[in-house]
Amino acid sequence: MTQTDEIFERVAEQIEPFNKKGVELSQATTFAGDLEWDSLTVMDFVAAIEDEFDILITMNMQAEIETVGQLVETIRKLQADR
Amino acid sequence: MTDAIDTPEDKTLADLPSPKGPHDLLAKFKPLIREREALLATGVRDPFAIVMSEVKSPTLAVIQGKDTILLGTYNYMGMTFDPDVIAAGKDALDRFGSGTTGSRVLNGTYQGHKECEDALKEFYGTEHAIVFSTGYQANLGVISTLAGKGDYIILDADSHASIYDGCWLGNAEIVRFRHNSVEDLDKRLGRLPKEAGKLVVLEGVYSMFGDIAPLPEMVAVAKKHGAMILCDEAHGMGFFGPNGRGVYEELGCEKDVDFVVGTFSKSVGTVGGFCVSNHPDFEVLRLVCRPYVFTASLPPSVVATAAASIRKLMHAGDKRAHLWKNSKRLHQGLRDLGYKIATETAQSAIIAVMLPDQEAAVALWQALLEGGLYVNLARPPATPAGTYLLRCSLCAEHSDEQVGQIIDIFAAAGRAVGCIG
Repeated sequence: MTQTDEIFERVAEQIEPFNKKGVELSQATTFAGDLEWDSLTVMDFVAAIEDEFDILITMNMQAEIETVGQLVETIRKLQADR
Repeated sequence: MTDAIDTPEDKTLADLPSPKGPHDLLAKFKPLIREREALLATGVRDPFAIVMSEVKSPTLAVIQGKDTILLGTYNYMGMTFDPDVIAAGKDALDRFGSGTTGSRVLNGTYQGHKECEDALKEFYGTEHAIVFSTGYQANLGVISTLAGKGDYIILDADSHASIYDGCWLGNAEIVRFRHNSVEDLDKRLGRLPKEAGKLVVLEGVYSMFGDIAPLPEMVAVAKKHGAMILCDEAHGMGFFGPNGRGVYEELGCEKDVDFVVGTFSKSVGTVGGFCVSNHPDFEVLRLVCRPYVFTASLPPSVVATAAASIRKLMHAGDKRAHLWKNSKRLHQGLRDLGYKIATETAQSAIIAVMLPDQEAAVALWQALLEGGLYVNLARPPATPAGTYLLRCSLCAEHSDEQVGQIIDIFAAAGRAVGCIG
């Protein structure tokens, strides 16, 4: 399993409790469009991701992230920077 | 993953044809327009289009020809009709004219603006005070200027829109923590680079639920991580703490809060905003803070009324006591009727009644209005956790008799629309 795959698996686990519609997840899945999350769900989810990976995803970064793949890539970079 | 604009959920409505063709910039608001149309089609009054044709006192106005008790203003200390305040405003209007037509840094600083800042310094016991044209602009200006590129702003998720907008106006990195969670704040501060500048933004009272912040614990955590602290006391000024400075005074955090932001549009009873501080270099903000520099200063009559009101608020112990009595009595009264309130106890002068959905909230809101009581309807995105609220805010000028009437109107309206038994 590559590093990206491993991060994806862990992200998918965090998405699960918020995935009310049981949407099939891929790198291309969008948070607003496919998962239909509102800002409050996003807030809770980001907090969960931050705690899972012990990182910070600032609101400035969040504004640029639309897909699961983009989130995985952001996490990979943040972990590499440490 | 952004929440810049939250419009209602039904996204299919966005595809409807627009009256202005395919490039209509207002088309993105169509879901909201349709939702409102659907709501108003059910025959309810528009909660966001109330007009007061006459205002008789801080607690009574005429709405559509009917005397209505005001329970949805931020006139906490009832200063709007205070005779000394009115006299100060009239005098300034006569002597200095209707407006300054200029920025504070050019031709817009009159004697009255300095006197108003002096009153604030005395009220807060600080070395410095800067008056802005609104409370919104005070947050916008101070937050965007204090935290620059490479700095971090750490804010509560339930922060007021003016705090969020202050973040977006500047160039800092923005991090938010779960509402009122000391642990969450600590964790996030711990993940930031040690050497980076950090501003933790807190509010004494959070205005939607009327709950207060655990400031001593939060301030201790912020200091531990080397952050500066800004506390917004918009809804706490006037009746928290021995001098009415706010929740931070009541909870003993005066030494550790670096900047206090506030407004004249609530307890002070007019309009305007301010920031007070003991930071020795605080005055430089007058030169670098865009929402201070690039807007007209407050009219002379406004700063005169503000100064008179602030000075009276220093000695308003009896009013404070009566406001707290009112707040506790309403909280208990509404709970006894079977309403769900956002806080277990009356933590501030805001009592937020929680309703399951928009229909129930609007129905009760209208029934209350027909019964002669005005309260605020609050809906997402202004409210936390997607809740629908009827927000009641008490005034020190609500008489015991009025509070009794308010509870009676809530009883009748709630039974009429079926939200209490």
